[in-house]
Amino acid sequence: MDERIQPVADENARAPVIEPGYSFGTVTDKISSIVLTRPTSNGWFFGFGVAFLLTMMLLYAIGYLFVRGIGIWGVTIPIGWGFAIVNFVWWIGIGHAGTLISAILLLLRQSWRNSINRFAEAMTLFAVASAGIFPLIHVGRPWLAYWLFPYPNTMRVWPQFRSPLIWDVFAVSTYATISLLFWFIGLIPDLATLRDRADSRALQIIYGILAMGWRGSARHWHRYETAYLLLAGLATPLVLSVHTVVSFDFAIGIVPGWHTTIFPPYFVAGAIYSGFAMVLMLAIPIRKIFQLEDFITERHLQNSAKVMLATGLIVAYGYIVEGFMGWYSGNRYDAFTIWNRLHGPYAFFYYMLLLCNIVIPQVLWIPKLRSSPVWLFLVSGVVLVGMWLERFIIVVVSLHRDFLTSSWGMYYPTRWDWMTYIGTIGMFLAAMFLFVRVLPMISIFEMRTLLPEAEVKE
Amino acid sequence: MKRTGTYGIMAEFDSATSLMGAAHRTREAGYIKLDAYSPFPIEGLAEAIGFHSNAVPLVVLIGALIGGLTGYLMQYWISAITYPINVGGKPYHSWPAFIVVTFEMTILFGGISAVLGMLALNGLPMPYHPVFNVPRFAFATKDRFFLIVFSSDPKYSPTETRRFLESLGPRSISEVPD
Amino acid sequence: MKMEEQNGKSRREDVCPSKKDKLDAALDLETARARIAATKGPEYWRSLEELAGSAEFQEMVHREFPKGASEWVDSVSRRGFLKLMGASMALAGMTACTKQPLEPIVPYVRQPEEVVPGRPLFFATAFTLSGYASPILVESHLYRPTKIEGNDRHPASLGGTDIFAQASILGLYDPDRSQTITYLGDVRTWGMFQEAIRGPLSVQKGLQGGGIRILTPTISSPTLADQLSSLLKIYPQAKWHVYEPINRDNVYEGAKMAFGQPLEARYDFEKADVIVSLDADFLYAGFPGSTRYIRDFAKRRNPDSGNMSRLYVVESTMSSTGAKADHRLPLRAVDVETLVRVLPVVEMMNSNPPGLNGEQQVFAADIWRDLQGHHASSAVIAGDHQPAVVHALAHELNQALGNVGKTVFYTDPIDANPVNQAESLKDLVADMRGGKVDILIILGGNPAYDAPVDFGFADALKNTNIPLRVHLGLYQNETAELCQWHINEAHYLEAWGDARAYDGTVSIIQPLIAPLYNGKSAYELIALLAGQVDASGHDLVQSYWKKQHSGADFDVFWRKSLHDGWIEGTTFAPKQVALKTAGLSPHPATNANALEINFRRDPTVHDGQFSNNGWLQELPKPMTKLTWDNPVLIGPAMAARMGLKTEDVVELELNGNKVTAPVWIQAGHPDNSVTVFLGYGRRRAGRAGTGAGFDMYPLRSSATPWFAGGLKITKVGGTYKLASTQGYQTMDTPNGATRPLVRETTLEEYRKEPNFAKEEEPPKELTLYKPYPYEKEPYAWGMAIDLNACVGCNNCIVACQSENNIPVVGKEQVVIGRHMHWLRVDAYYQGDRDNPKAYFQPVPCMQCENAPCEVVCPVGATVHSTEGLNDMTYNRCVGTRYCSNNCPYKVRRFNFLLFQDWETPQYKMMRNPDVTVRSRGVMEKCTYCVQRISEHRIDSEREDRKIQDGELQTACQQSCPANAIIFGNINDPNSRVSKLKAGARNYSLLADLNTRPRTTYLAEIRNPNPELKG
Repeated sequence: MDERIQPVADENARAPVIEPGYSFGTVTDKISSIVLTRPTSNGWFFGFGVAFLLTMMLLYAIGYLFVRGIGIWGVTIPIGWGFAIVNFVWWIGIGHAGTLISAILLLLRQSWRNSINRFAEAMTLFAVASAGIFPLIHVGRPWLAYWLFPYPNTMRVWPQFRSPLIWDVFAVSTYATISLLFWFIGLIPDLATLRDRADSRALQIIYGILAMGWRGSARHWHRYETAYLLLAGLATPLVLSVHTVVSFDFAIGIVPGWHTTIFPPYFVAGAIYSGFAMVLMLAIPIRKIFQLEDFITERHLQNSAKVMLATGLIVAYGYIVEGFMGWYSGNRYDAFTIWNRLHGPYAFFYYMLLLCNIVIPQVLWIPKLRSSPVWLFLVSGVVLVGMWLERFIIVVVSLHRDFLTSSWGMYYPTRWDWMTYIGTIGMFLAAMFLFVRVLPMISIFEMRTLLPEAEVKE
Repeated sequence: MKRTGTYGIMAEFDSATSLMGAAHRTREAGYIKLDAYSPFPIEGLAEAIGFHSNAVPLVVLIGALIGGLTGYLMQYWISAITYPINVGGKPYHSWPAFIVVTFEMTILFGGISAVLGMLALNGLPMPYHPVFNVPRFAFATKDRFFLIVFSSDPKYSPTETRRFLESLGPRSISEVPD
Repeated sequence: MKMEEQNGKSRREDVCPSKKDKLDAALDLETARARIAATKGPEYWRSLEELAGSAEFQEMVHREFPKGASEWVDSVSRRGFLKLMGASMALAGMTACTKQPLEPIVPYVRQPEEVVPGRPLFFATAFTLSGYASPILVESHLYRPTKIEGNDRHPASLGGTDIFAQASILGLYDPDRSQTITYLGDVRTWGMFQEAIRGPLSVQKGLQGGGIRILTPTISSPTLADQLSSLLKIYPQAKWHVYEPINRDNVYEGAKMAFGQPLEARYDFEKADVIVSLDADFLYAGFPGSTRYIRDFAKRRNPDSGNMSRLYVVESTMSSTGAKADHRLPLRAVDVETLVRVLPVVEMMNSNPPGLNGEQQVFAADIWRDLQGHHASSAVIAGDHQPAVVHALAHELNQALGNVGKTVFYTDPIDANPVNQAESLKDLVADMRGGKVDILIILGGNPAYDAPVDFGFADALKNTNIPLRVHLGLYQNETAELCQWHINEAHYLEAWGDARAYDGTVSIIQPLIAPLYNGKSAYELIALLAGQVDASGHDLVQSYWKKQHSGADFDVFWRKSLHDGWIEGTTFAPKQVALKTAGLSPHPATNANALEINFRRDPTVHDGQFSNNGWLQELPKPMTKLTWDNPVLIGPAMAARMGLKTEDVVELELNGNKVTAPVWIQAGHPDNSVTVFLGYGRRRAGRAGTGAGFDMYPLRSSATPWFAGGLKITKVGGTYKLASTQGYQTMDTPNGATRPLVRETTLEEYRKEPNFAKEEEPPKELTLYKPYPYEKEPYAWGMAIDLNACVGCNNCIVACQSENNIPVVGKEQVVIGRHMHWLRVDAYYQGDRDNPKAYFQPVPCMQCENAPCEVVCPVGATVHSTEGLNDMTYNRCVGTRYCSNNCPYKVRRFNFLLFQDWETPQYKMMRNPDVTVRSRGVMEKCTYCVQRISEHRIDSEREDRKIQDGELQTACQQSCPANAIIFGNINDPNSRVSKLKAGARNYSLLADLNTRPRTTYLAEIRNPNPELKG
């Protein structure tokens, strides 16, 4: 018998992944109507408008950057990396939840994922896109950023494959590609549904083209599931590798505070941590606005909260190990780096980080709060701030006081740093607004499989 | 019998269970060229209509291997053969540094071949297909289940087959024009 | 914006600026004309001032640019300046090709005498500061002087230079230089000036020149002195006045006290075992002979030589000389006299002499004991700003110790007219106010800005309507503003002349290039006054020397003198002097608590004459590492008492005159005393100097030119941002640990444990990989820096900047840490903040064999050469800055903005054609002067030999007066650098990181008096 339908017959007290009383038809209509029939609300237009304006601000900031040079940012010597890299790592981290939910939870046969994986994947794509902007624009000569790709050229020169930045290029672009494919494959049957539900010829044609003539043949389903499963199998090590590689940007360096072996695991944990936080921050308003509480139930919130709690503790462990090694290694530079985090000019941000990432999220131990949308929303917000601070501490505070006291310095972001950062948030939201408007934000066919009638009785 | 301008005869069912049953009985009745359509994947349905071989895993394996090899050999060729440069005193062929890219390339090629392989084997994209001519088939992506016996089936006869399908208690029967 | 994009692409540098530039200049001319159409006369200049100072202009400069804006970075404002200069620039025909001087100039050998494009020629000439000549060699590419080096055969240089000489090349090409003759601000010609001056002169003929006054800075030129004296013969009643703010009045007065005649003391520190400096900063540029003194001093600081000398320094402010002292005593300037007076008797005293506390008395006693132990092999040297009596006392001591003739020599002053300059200027002002002056000729200098406040010179110049006021100068400065006529002076690299080095040796100054703006030299102006119309500088100088060296072989003599850079047999012979035992005036009692203010020449802009020199403005001051400013230095104790923090703004009041300025807490500064630096707060300096820092001359009166008591200092609130290039000035980290960056010990300890500096370095085998076989290569370049020899003179920084086309970034950029110096000199203070030990550490690129920067570069823009150089490929660099993050020495510099000036034609002529001019967005760093390596490799390969040790010198090494930097082939066991690296003192910075630096350091050894505790 198919494991995936088990939770529906819900013996234990846990909330169901889909409220009872739904049929294939109602599920289909409820989700597809959001795209096809539901009128676009003023709220949507307002929200999208704001996000769009922020996106324009991003373009302005980048344009001016190209004209003047990255000197308009706060970066300097010794702090060669500033907001750009902080934001890059932050976004990439957020971009982990989608594929993790889709792939790993699929392999683990966590059927509750079915109702959140679709927009989690979309969120991932947009987060990765936002992240991808930064490595390109943060270089001194952005118009030459393509030199990081190995392509035959008349100069007869090639990239340098010992550099973690090259690893980044491959890891991030691979991750973006695979996530996109994974997301699109998942969409095909639903696109077919939309094709067949759409009234207007135009929509039929558009969705028809995207659906590529999907007709739900048993043979197709068979290959489809195999491919989907294999893709999940490939995406699982990938999603774990991406942030590992990102952490190499630092771990490979010799800067005290960077050069540590704990980075890969705790970067990955941190990524999932912030990823789930972002998923919740999106899921909670969406289920409310589009009345999807029946599909995205308390169960989903609970599980996401538990994942955050777990990964949060791993991150905390990472901090502890950092501190311990600073002392245990007996290395004067590492020791000072830890001291500097606790007492240096940026100490305030380090304590904020501990508060946001470690202390506050512990409220999730309380089951009541775990299932309260409001609380989860707030805690998720706090965690996102905390994870941003973590990257700030790692990048800036490690760099500003390294080996030679003579070359210590301070970092102050400029208004252009902020405009670029906030701009990407706007771009991310704008993309989300468009997504929920034109595509099924919940996987319809996978929802069908959760229904009792999907069970084949012998 | 020879082709009669029809593509096949299609029976509509309203539950996965009845489709499954119908599929089994059609096979038992000796039909071999048939297919089933459902709004969601049904475990065992493919076997029920007599579909066993599945080439996708092999495609992925080959793709992944090619990717991995490409990744490593590219780095080796660039760093050690065509563009050897002393970087920080490291040897030209510093294999530990090449592992990451090799891994990523493996995943990339594997993933792409999984998707393309699946689509190719399914013959997608295919904008036109005779079954779309059946108006009710639109529900195949919502809540209806269809079973079709192709006219190419040796045992196929417009009357016999239709009668047989009716005996399965479908909601409706429709002839799929070619 | 469009402009910026052009700048993005790198352009080839031409000897002739391209057509486009001509176009630009023309346009600028029009715009400038349009702007000033309405205005005339002095109004014209003022309107430009206002334009430059106007709110809109400032706004334009800083528009959309919160932090980074600065005139050097912001091409908007650079264009603005070009507009302002448009008129004069176009007139000056800047767009013409450079011409070599008309008269034959003689290149320095080692180079082919004919011009080969791409091969520089070298010419010997001399740079003068306050009359003292620094003998130099000038590198010339197709008759464009591009680089200044020391004249290695001249006793006053021995290859070393000082920062002022090094940076003077920028002065030549300074686009803000005065470029035309002006009358009331309107452009005039030399002919017009000749016309204008003929009448008044003929009038003066009748009056015997009673109305003629000539004001010059210190002049050591025999030719010019001769011209002036013959002029005074023509006009017997005319007067020649001399004034410079940084003068040697005290030295000459002191000599008069001691010997009855003005004399100069010359020291031989190579023979001195014990040196006592009484507030004399003799190891820093600007002190006559410092270049040679540094060399001699450094020779005796080698702990392995067995005869290391000992240096005692008593000083009134932290100086680089004090930093090198074995024993240093911070003492108010006024108390130095007390200490000197008690020296001979201090041991007999049982009570504290007035004005000295116990510690100071003990110090004095120890000095005296040590001096006694080194009869005839010690030297006592008094600072120029110590009163005459201290100099006299120093002379007495040297006599008593039998040093005269051994380590101390007395010679005639090199000053051709060694009058008391304060008195001289005073008389002039009196005459001006008395209406006795009809023609006032000011030969250079800037008295309107730097004259003693009590003279009110500027006021006298403005309001005593002297009929004819002529100013000859390189800039339209504060003084030019107050004269009707301004003659644009020819830079010393453009004009003929001669001058004496500190030892009297005369150098012929031969021009390297025809005057860019047809400037005139003082020689030519004086000749005109003397009636020799259109006499060329060359003829004047040559005819003078014809008189001195008559004979058939004059041409040989002349060629040789030009070639060598000095004239045989002109060195002053030491004089036998008799000490007048006339008792010196008794010492006035000093108040131990009176606040003292010290006036010092600024370490980089001197008296203000270099304030428009961007290199010097951005050159970190040796002890504070500050740029672009001159804060008030106060000691830590005093700061604590007054609750002052660095960058707090205070008001200084000295007999009624007030100045507000920020403070800088200077470790090692004596208590109850502050130090201010002259030369800042210029109103009319140019794009770099105008408005930078604070003018301290308003506090300086003729009575107390160097230090004064009775200062009132009050905190006025508010802070002022200071731009220091060094983040943190001690090796002690805030968590209480210390980092072994500069390794140091005493001579005794060193003898016991020679290998104290060696550090546990990971064994070479300790790696997954096979190390690159550098030992198989013909060359492996390496450098050793002797911290014991380095005196922190910063010369290497300027030399590097000049050699490698390093841009100036401006104060705002330095504040946020974006200065571009490839080579920096870190200064660290250790121990007691009131009297710390201070160390200098020059830090170029370490050229690590396991370079951390290379591994992380994604595009392979920084990779290793077979000879072990860490090469930077600018064209390949995309600017990830990862290499800089991963550089533990932080020697990499990044072009965050378009720092390099791609537009100003003058700078195009100045640049070293062998070095790429970097554009925006690329990383750069020290290359070990790879262009020089290639040049010598090519030569040696052509001659089918290897590069000899010593023939190849990096720019920093070449200019180092202390020989502290040694570069060479470490694969050759006999090269100097290999020998040094083999020595016990050799250690590499951060060795535990296993970066295997090619640049290593020789640990510092101090030689404290064993009997003296502390």
